[in-house]
Amino acid sequence: MSAVVEQAARAAAAARQAQGCFHCGLPIPAGSCWQATIEGGVQPMCCPGCAAAAQAIVDGGCADYYATRTAYAAQADLDAARAPELDLVDGAGMDGEGSFSVEGIRCAACVWLIERQLLRVPGVLDASLNLATERLYVRWDQGECRPSSILRTLRTIGYSAYPYDARRHGEQLERARKKLFRQLFVAGLSMMQVMMYAMPVYLAGDGAMDAGMTALMQWASLFLTLPALLYSAQPFFVGAWRDIRRGAPGMDVPVALGIGAAFGGSLAALLSGEGDVYFDSVTMFVFLLLGSRYLELGARRKAAGALERLQQGLPASALRLRGDPLARDAELIAASMLEVDDLVLVKAGQAAPADGVIVEGETEVDLALLTGESRTQRRTAGDAVPGGAVNAAQAIVLRVTSTANDSTLAMLVRLVERAGQGKPALALWADRVALWFVLALLGLTVIAYLAWLQVDPGRAWEVAISVLVVSCPCALSLATPTALAAATDRLLRRGVLVVQPHTLETFDRATHIVFDKTGTLTYGRPLVRQTVAVGQLSGAECLRIAAALEADNPHPLASAIRDAADGARHAKRVRSTVGLGVEGWVDGRGYRLGSAAWVAGVAGGVARAAVPAGTTPVWLGSADGWLARFDLADGLRLEAADVVQRLRAAGKTVVLLSGDEQQAAQAVAAQLGISTAIGGKLPDEKLAFVRRLQQEGAVVAMVGDGINDAAVLRGADVSFAMGRGAELAQLHADGVLMGDDLAPLADALDTARRTLSVIRQNLAWAVVYNLAAIPAAAAGLLNPWMAGIGMAASSALVVLNALRLRRDR
Amino acid sequence: MEALYILVPLSVVLVGLALWVFFGAADSGQFDDLEGPAYRVLQDDDR
Repeated sequence: MSAVVEQAARAAAAARQAQGCFHCGLPIPAGSCWQATIEGGVQPMCCPGCAAAAQAIVDGGCADYYATRTAYAAQADLDAARAPELDLVDGAGMDGEGSFSVEGIRCAACVWLIERQLLRVPGVLDASLNLATERLYVRWDQGECRPSSILRTLRTIGYSAYPYDARRHGEQLERARKKLFRQLFVAGLSMMQVMMYAMPVYLAGDGAMDAGMTALMQWASLFLTLPALLYSAQPFFVGAWRDIRRGAPGMDVPVALGIGAAFGGSLAALLSGEGDVYFDSVTMFVFLLLGSRYLELGARRKAAGALERLQQGLPASALRLRGDPLARDAELIAASMLEVDDLVLVKAGQAAPADGVIVEGETEVDLALLTGESRTQRRTAGDAVPGGAVNAAQAIVLRVTSTANDSTLAMLVRLVERAGQGKPALALWADRVALWFVLALLGLTVIAYLAWLQVDPGRAWEVAISVLVVSCPCALSLATPTALAAATDRLLRRGVLVVQPHTLETFDRATHIVFDKTGTLTYGRPLVRQTVAVGQLSGAECLRIAAALEADNPHPLASAIRDAADGARHAKRVRSTVGLGVEGWVDGRGYRLGSAAWVAGVAGGVARAAVPAGTTPVWLGSADGWLARFDLADGLRLEAADVVQRLRAAGKTVVLLSGDEQQAAQAVAAQLGISTAIGGKLPDEKLAFVRRLQQEGAVVAMVGDGINDAAVLRGADVSFAMGRGAELAQLHADGVLMGDDLAPLADALDTARRTLSVIRQNLAWAVVYNLAAIPAAAAGLLNPWMAGIGMAASSALVVLNALRLRRDR
Repeated sequence: MEALYILVPLSVVLVGLALWVFFGAADSGQFDDLEGPAYRVLQDDDR
């Protein structure tokens, strides 16, 4: 290849890299040359998964998808469609119709694409996808089609799906959302109509309306307030009653008191014929609070759904051993098919599929989700292990003692329920303040009433009600939950799942951010860093041949070579020799791929050229001589340096804490601009390091991915796990970065910072407003309409301020 | 102005009617997916 051509090729590669993957929009790794032809144009792809998905979409006649979509697709995983676990769903008892949860829906065009692709599958009669719940309903002909082929089709075009299970999928949250939607609608209708009746009274001025007309308007308002009070406001009264019985008053108590007092006062005024009515304020109050709740519940449902999909991408499965446990001859079956006395293999990081007794092996199990106990427990042969316990150390063989596969299910349900539940310290603080606020307010109202009895007994009642209404704790109770819900929702869209409520608050406070190296800052798998052609063939051609030879090899080095090649030739008579390499025939020529010694056996002579330090070389050669050397090494994530830079710019101290050698840790740290790198740490030493930092007063955020990081993830003040990492790590983390991408971490910090400042602004506004409005009301300066508008404007301001968080800057 | 003595109660009845229609629609699942159908009509499936 001439120098000019090579230069042009390099420029084209740089341009592709800047552009990002056409399918999923992620940056294209250096040296990758995947592409797909879409509507006549060749488009760059970041990985073979995306390329295959794009090709399948185009081949299916759905290229329109790319023209109409409004967001990039999720990154597709090439191996996903091949997962053998998918066959297990065929035995799940779905006959002819079923619902599936679909992951990776980014925009409305996905709906069209999925429905169309499915209708092309032979035997599928009907397919409809609900965009709001991301649930797919399919009807199929049992003779021609099986559930697993539906799932495979979806995976080929880049969406993972699995059978929908109501128990697992937060059905309750969904029902709650529907009910809340109705309550919100009723409150909104009632609010608008009551406002219509209130307006004339406000506008008419004193004496312009006769008493009969005023009474008519007020009675009509009363009738229309009743649905809002009796139906829509239920959640507040029920919540307040529960809080009082438990003796732990939260935000519902002041809210219920506010609604009750304003309604009771207005009713008394209406019946007695003196004083003003505040039915418009009551309905507005109910509507605004319900609106905030609805947002909150929506964010929680989405978070729960995302987490559940993350954990349940594949059906619950078990490795059942055939015959001798020592032979480790395992078959993959559905966990529900296990029977008592079956022997199952539980690998490190997997959860026990059912209750059982250890037959062989010695390990540590993690019962954190079952019992809440955070330390792992040592179990040896003869000990019982409950289903759902996570094997934290090494592979064991279990004899199943009960087929209670619900225990695993129970674990998942608990995990899902935990998502988005509970309240961060800031919200608890606001709750407590609100309670004192209401008590103080009630006292103040009584004082104002008594004082006005002395001054002007006719206005005493009116003033008392106006104090209650103008100060209703609306703004205060909307301030935090709305902001948190908006932030959670936004982060989920950006690929960060917030599991624990305190995550954002603590992350913002964090002084140190500690990264694991392998799998977190790096990809955790080898990539072809460099192809050195030493023979007549070009590097790209050598890669194609190598990819053909490695076509069916599950080894990580083999898949790295496959990923780097832009398509493969077809290889015949491939034989592999353990520890050395493979040989086979491509286009009528014999090739060997593997270690230098292995290739030297056919190419003759010795390998030339020095191998760069820290890389694993793989050689390609034929009988005609040496052809190429591929240097493979674990690659730094493309976005890692940028993320570290952004975290440092935000004033955080970034630390690299690795189990790898000090030298390797230091090398990575130097490339990323991390000043502190500590290598050679065992899991408990990592935890000790974090504990020491904490003792020195640091607030530590930890980012990790592996099984060995679980303890330190739990030990840190706030932690994030990688979505592609071990489940165990995710169980212990406060947040999960859902994609195979570090960049959302910096977004999360940014969002955390903005969320907290929005919450502070909201609380400050609520305080300032009340300090100004309450004395004014107590002094008798406010008319009812002023009180009502003041309350509404203040609440709306707080909600709108919180909703700013949903927008991208 | 006397007309209001009829019209205001009538409007209360109308709101009741609107609520009844809304609950009927909600029960039939019309509000289950508020985003999808709006986009679905834009997709041309006739090719």
